[in-house]
Amino acid sequence: MELNPQQLVFYLFALLTIGSAVVVVTIRNIVYAAFALMVTLFSVAGLYVFLQADFLAATQVIVYVGGILVLILFGVMMTSGSLDLKLKLERGQLFWGGVVSLIIFGLLLSVITNTPQWDNVDVGASQEPTTHKIGEMIMKEEFLLPFEIASILLLVALIGAALISRKEVRDE
Amino acid sequence: MLLGLQVENLHQFFVQSSDNWAQRFVQNHAPFLEHLPAPLGELAIMLACCVIFVAVVPLLPLGLVLAERKVSAHIQDRVGPMRVGPHGTLQTLADGVKLIFKEDHIPREGDKFLFVVSPYIIFACSFAVFAAIPFDRSILVSNLNIGIFYIMAISSVIVMGVIMAGWASNSKWSLLGAMRSAAQIVSYEIPLGLGILTVVMLVQSLNMQEIVNGQDGIANWLIFRTPFTFIAFFVFFISSIAEVNRTPFDLPEAESELVAGFHTEYSGMRFALFFIAEYANMFAVSAIAATLFLGGWHGIVPSGMLPEAGLLGFVLRAITLGGLLGVAIKTLCLVFVMMWLRWTLPRLRVDQLMNLCWKYFIPISFFNILGVGIWGLIFPQDSRLSIIISIAAIILGLILVFGVLGRSLSKSTTPPSSPDRQISATT
Repeated sequence: MELNPQQLVFYLFALLTIGSAVVVVTIRNIVYAAFALMVTLFSVAGLYVFLQADFLAATQVIVYVGGILVLILFGVMMTSGSLDLKLKLERGQLFWGGVVSLIIFGLLLSVITNTPQWDNVDVGASQEPTTHKIGEMIMKEEFLLPFEIASILLLVALIGAALISRKEVRDE
Repeated sequence: MLLGLQVENLHQFFVQSSDNWAQRFVQNHAPFLEHLPAPLGELAIMLACCVIFVAVVPLLPLGLVLAERKVSAHIQDRVGPMRVGPHGTLQTLADGVKLIFKEDHIPREGDKFLFVVSPYIIFACSFAVFAAIPFDRSILVSNLNIGIFYIMAISSVIVMGVIMAGWASNSKWSLLGAMRSAAQIVSYEIPLGLGILTVVMLVQSLNMQEIVNGQDGIANWLIFRTPFTFIAFFVFFISSIAEVNRTPFDLPEAESELVAGFHTEYSGMRFALFFIAEYANMFAVSAIAATLFLGGWHGIVPSGMLPEAGLLGFVLRAITLGGLLGVAIKTLCLVFVMMWLRWTLPRLRVDQLMNLCWKYFIPISFFNILGVGIWGLIFPQDSRLSIIISIAAIILGLILVFGVLGRSLSKSTTPPSSPDRQISATT
């Protein structure tokens, strides 16, 4: 099989994604799982670049690696005893977990097979900035309502966080 | 004469080469790489570009470390390193050699794998930032559409390396330092990002080259374009000092409390990697500030008024703060301000740090964004009028602020007619 360098890098990223994801679910140490998740999220960002979704790739890194993972690690490190916690699987979980994963796998499979022409990996080609299009989609077209709902959700979360951390509430 | 010719050649090379100067450099000087089989050849060229880039950038910290020591020395009325080389210029090199030969100690109870990996993560992320910073019209490793957003994304990964280092050391100082650092960086990323957003709203692009393109001549520099970007520049610059963990925001490595913070347990070359990354970060945030607000490679004078080609053009552009040297001068000035602050101001407390960020910088940043939005509605096109109004507003604002500040300061420093003094005067 003839591989051009872009395909080579693409398969490297794919391998990295899957490999680190396997580590996330199999490893017993929760901190190691979190760091393996970082590799997974990073290589998913790499895959976004191959789909010419550069803005999405950078967002993925900022939100998931720079934000959510840091919060996860904060939670783990601030909770005493959670560092030595060994993750275990109960027997009953295996069956239901398997069922849920099979359903999700089927869903993903149907999406993959229904997506037309998904192997465009020509990264070198200069591309239109995706940001204009994203902006128009969010502010003008069909995604205005979900965008506003998400912003209200975030506002509620923000107010909730401010309320919890206030002194008077905590003292009661 | 010979030197002049070389500079001219270099300049022509940089200006006339197309988009990717590093790739062109490899193709000109190592053509044998192209004769390798297809995937290997291109990969080798990419790798060679990376090597050039990674080999040039570490030279910056080499100079900056010495500069920091000299600046601190002169601020404290000392002379600083003087022994190695004339005026101690080779001191950093000697220190580097010493660090290479030092024992590479890994704590027995620590996590060996993460301990070893984390310096590389921090080092790689702080150098990846340089890939998107334009140093001249054609000196840019990668002209990304999402340039500034990429820089934010990559620099947000540094936190992970810091937490990793702190946790893997299995030491309370390291872990506390890492926690403080993570909290600080995550918080200050918000005013930093909002500051960038004000610029992006005006330019309507995330591409670094397009951000620079609109800033031809000092009146068009984004810092003077609206009064709000003027405020945003200071918020951005102070937040980036916090982002790179420098005094007065160096709580993660506060010597008097935490020994050395998250890299307490590191020694030898791994410690040197943290050190180099810190100075590279410092240079990077200053270069970003210079690019976003201070015109980047555009100088004081609009570029149409200066000769472009030749040595004369190069020198003239450098004098008017344009081109490669212009960017370097602006960036080094900002770096100097950072050093100056470090050796002048005392460290903040944790609560003061968070107050400053959440109660002052973030509201100010939102105000800036609102202001820039309204400004864009009033002046959809940049005109002479809008720039004059903006500069007038900035000057008026400065007079007001300094007037109020000056009066309140002079009030608080002049002692109220104190009884002691009257007593001493009478006795």
